[in-house]
Amino acid sequence: MSLGQRVSSDHQLTRLLQIGVVLEELVESRAAHHIESLPPDERAEFDEEVEELLAEAATESAEHRERLEALIDDLEAETVGYEEINALVDAQYGPPEDTDGVLYDQLANEETAYKFYDDLIEAIEASESEFAVDRERLLETLYGIREEEKEGVEEVTEVMEQRA
Amino acid sequence: MNTADQYLKAIYLAQRIEDGPASTGTLADLLEVSPASVNEMIGKLEEQDLVDHEKYKGASLTDEGLERAHNALQTYCIIERFLANVLEVEEFRDEARALESVIDDTVAERLDTIIDRPAQCPDCFDAEQDCCELLELEAGGRAD
Repeated sequence: MSLGQRVSSDHQLTRLLQIGVVLEELVESRAAHHIESLPPDERAEFDEEVEELLAEAATESAEHRERLEALIDDLEAETVGYEEINALVDAQYGPPEDTDGVLYDQLANEETAYKFYDDLIEAIEASESEFAVDRERLLETLYGIREEEKEGVEEVTEVMEQRA
Repeated sequence: MNTADQYLKAIYLAQRIEDGPASTGTLADLLEVSPASVNEMIGKLEEQDLVDHEKYKGASLTDEGLERAHNALQTYCIIERFLANVLEVEEFRDEARALESVIDDTVAERLDTIIDRPAQCPDCFDAEQDCCELLELEAGGRAD
């Protein structure tokens, strides 16, 4: 058991970035599942703004994934493909009851991703280890993604408040 | 998972291994820290009513401590299962130990949506083997 929050090796860093990729794939897949899962009457009520929000979230996640994959490439490791994660989501997916449920799930997605990157950045900053990937580039990438996750939380919250 | 939760989880497992209060030595071994660090933390957990400590016997979880230890062990199981079955990591025990301090409960909850975890979790956790006794391992280690 290792106490203390710091990333101390390329191996550990790679694993955490791989988890980041899976979290992004989860957001992407769940957003797609939400849109598809709603019954027709709910879907009619599923206004454009919410649909657009989910579509944007999926696009943004795909883009985050690419940025993480570029770092993982430099660490000479692989990632789990989207189709594989999509199939796992498919196997366990229980659709939210209504549009509010979809928004709550989306909020949880964005908040979780933000927390993950925030903890990861803290753990990298607490470490004095040299990594095979340039430290500045690594942190700049993660700062950028964390900022976009923060904006994502704000966007979902705004839509939820408007609907309340 | 924060340090307090890692201690509570270790006390829970040590109590199961020793079938009684968790001794400082066992906890120091499990957590790979000094006995002095263990004693210091046990004192803090006792102040929070999460642990009862009896001199020369060891530490036992209170009901509240037990609940938190259960949650912490579930989080740990999620991390192990995710590493073993999704990333197909062979050394998933070692890696789970290395990663647990950096993986927050909310992150583990999301990962839990794509893993197959038994309803009786964490009762099926084998303290000696340091993994769930129902965990099915898949061949290969692609993500390594």
